[in-house]
Amino acid sequence: MIADTGLVALLLAFVFSAYATFASLYGGWKGRPVWVESARNAALLVFPLLTVSVMTVVYSLYQMDFSLAYVEDVSSRAMSPFLRVTALWGGQQGSVLFWSWIMAGFVALVLVRKWERDRELMPYVIMVSMLTTAFFVGVTVFITNPFTRLWHYPGAAELTKAMFQPAGAMPYTPEDGQGLNPLLRHFGMIGHPPTTYVGFTGFVIPYAFAMAALITGRSRGDEWMRTTRRWTLVAWIFLTVGLILGGRWAYDVLGWGGFWGWDPVENAMFMPWLTGTAFLHSVMMTEKRGMLKKWNMVLIILTYSLTIFGTFITRTGVISSVHAFAKSALGPAFFIFIGLTFLGSLSLFFSRWDTLKSEHQLQNFISREAAFVLQNMLFLAITFAVFWGTVFPLISELVTGTKITVGAPYFEKVTGPLFFVLVLLMGVAPLFAWRKQAARNLGRAVLYPFIGSLAITIGWGYLHRMHPASLPGLWLVSLVVLTILAEYWKGVQARSSSRGENLLVALVKLVSRNQRRYGGYVIHLGVVMIALGIIGDGYFKQETQGTLAVGESLSINDYSFRFEGLRGYPGSDGRDVVEAQLKLFKDNQFIRDLRPRRDFFIVQEQPVTVPGVYSTSGEDVYTLLIGWEGGSHEAATFRIYINPLINWVWAGGVVLILGTLIAAWSPKKERQEVTYVLRPEALRGVLAQPESGD
Amino acid sequence: MLPENSRAKRFLHKILVTITALALAFSLVLTQAVLAQTENPQYPSDNDVNAIAKKLYCPVCPNTPLDVCETKACADWRAQIRDQLIAGWSEEQILNYFVDQYGERVLGEPMRSGFTSFVWILPLIGVVLGLVVVYQVLKGWQSKRDLETAQIPVSNQISADTLARLEEELREID
Repeated sequence: MIADTGLVALLLAFVFSAYATFASLYGGWKGRPVWVESARNAALLVFPLLTVSVMTVVYSLYQMDFSLAYVEDVSSRAMSPFLRVTALWGGQQGSVLFWSWIMAGFVALVLVRKWERDRELMPYVIMVSMLTTAFFVGVTVFITNPFTRLWHYPGAAELTKAMFQPAGAMPYTPEDGQGLNPLLRHFGMIGHPPTTYVGFTGFVIPYAFAMAALITGRSRGDEWMRTTRRWTLVAWIFLTVGLILGGRWAYDVLGWGGFWGWDPVENAMFMPWLTGTAFLHSVMMTEKRGMLKKWNMVLIILTYSLTIFGTFITRTGVISSVHAFAKSALGPAFFIFIGLTFLGSLSLFFSRWDTLKSEHQLQNFISREAAFVLQNMLFLAITFAVFWGTVFPLISELVTGTKITVGAPYFEKVTGPLFFVLVLLMGVAPLFAWRKQAARNLGRAVLYPFIGSLAITIGWGYLHRMHPASLPGLWLVSLVVLTILAEYWKGVQARSSSRGENLLVALVKLVSRNQRRYGGYVIHLGVVMIALGIIGDGYFKQETQGTLAVGESLSINDYSFRFEGLRGYPGSDGRDVVEAQLKLFKDNQFIRDLRPRRDFFIVQEQPVTVPGVYSTSGEDVYTLLIGWEGGSHEAATFRIYINPLINWVWAGGVVLILGTLIAAWSPKKERQEVTYVLRPEALRGVLAQPESGD
Repeated sequence: MLPENSRAKRFLHKILVTITALALAFSLVLTQAVLAQTENPQYPSDNDVNAIAKKLYCPVCPNTPLDVCETKACADWRAQIRDQLIAGWSEEQILNYFVDQYGERVLGEPMRSGFTSFVWILPLIGVVLGLVVVYQVLKGWQSKRDLETAQIPVSNQISADTLARLEEELREID
């Protein structure tokens, strides 16, 4: 009964979102405010309706209403209430509904907050965002509905899934459900999918504004960017955190000692992040210099399409095989939607080409403008390489019939050098002046960080001389860090010497006077910390594997591990646990006990390897129980990874959030900053016509 | 002009000296690095097997390197690699054997020949094209600037009155 309420709410949400799409288009096109108002009201209703729908699914999961196929599929009696609730996004049907719900929430927020501000853009903002919402709600209703029920034909061996009772079939409620995929039964699951979805859907808002600007011809100005600047930043940080949490989940659960495997699903998330990051930067250039307007459009269109593409890949598994595509109507539906919106956006973009002319000119190739353009190109090149590597197995299978794998080595080799240049640019480009940078001044600004970074690299290189390949990376990281610190130091010193402030006060005032700049530096610092973690993972990681009888030891580096025995016991959530006891020694000093284990999920017949980890700021000792011999468990095989610097990745994530908070905080400052525009043309226009300066 | 120039030269000189000194120190570190290689005592250990298995992908599961794959099939394949190592096969022979048996898909790093080479070539072309586009864009902006700097002072300096007078005078000449 409760589930029917959810279904009705879902159907209504579809009707309203479709109506809002057409009504806003008609109202905007014919200039009829009544229709636009009506579309707005309909759009505002979609969110509460979907909320009812989502709550119904959550309630059914919590109450274990196994008559619903989705609940039967992703939950079971053995699962904790917490896990049952997170199962909302544990399967396809729930995820797509959840996606629609967040999307509708964002649209409602825009309509409430920006309604008065951008009246002219609004009809089309509603149209574009509601079209996207309607598509997802439509997919939920017609293709992957979480309210589908289980039915049983008398005498049939298998159950039938249908929304309404088929003739001759009886309702069927199983005793227990299948339960969530064991790999998803992890605390990290509470964070990773929702943050990712908030990031994905968040980017739809700037896209909707961009399209509205193109449709209305207001793309000449940059109001749409100012309106959506903070949205973009919020969407970006959520996507970033989603990526990092996903990496953390992989590290804790997948049991291969790493956090990023260049899997299609990971790449699908990474691509919109790349174009989104490029967009975030090119928008700055448009604000300050009125340049790169066309790139902005291209980047936001790409980000939008890649966002939908990302959801598509994650939810359909089409990349692993061409055959997954035909399995349900989901593949073709997404394919058509992405194709149509992409082509539609592009043709709109080309039709407004003239409005997107650069307002300014370049004085010198060595300037911040040039650095921005190069940076944008690098982001796009990396996106293309990742995209191409991700879809190539599919293309190969279609063209030659040969299945191939494009694995981590490809992505590392192709994107590695591009990332190197990008990070270098990240360190050096903020030092470039707009318009023209005298090479000598630049040399002077970079000289000390440069010498310092070489000194650090030599010292470091000497300590870790087994890994010469890591030296360029280490040099790069130290150069960027020193450049950023030098920038801070320069600012702080200038303030403290000219105003007599003490260093701490000077630092706080420096940052608060230009939050975007110094927040941006903090974000860059976070990125470099993550880069350091990746260098550690790529070059310094060590591993060993061995089979030990009870009492025997295995050594790697200064560490040794003594196997004390295995112990089996029934765990929660319907699993059997086999846990190994290892004693960890460093330089023959006892450190602590480690308990790597193997959880066998009985219903799913799936083992999950849970690592035993000893974590310090410098490195992680990561132990895995690979297997054991004999019924009496007298010997077991262990795999041990020493993961240096890995914690820098997680710490870098925290610094990223901090930097974004600094950059996006305080609306008062932002207003001040908007007036800082380095565009004499704009000024000249104002001066020439003082009467029409509204 | 001249003292400015020689100061710049001295500055450049200083940088060059620093770089040379640091480059020397670097090469010292690198030689040390090559010397620090160690030998493995037993053969073939689990680590020897994994070193090869790492380069192969599980022929059954999507996107899982053979060294970490948990399926029974993969355990058997690892055992096979061990046997091949005992029999004295080289790494290349083993990799070739797996490609012959299970197809190109077992290679984590795609081949650089045949149709598969496109996976490598296209990103490279992409980067080159990207650089060309960047150059064109910057060039375009710069030529626009030449145009504008030629025009702007004229329109700024001549007031509407002067322009009207000029046109008046020109008409009179005609």
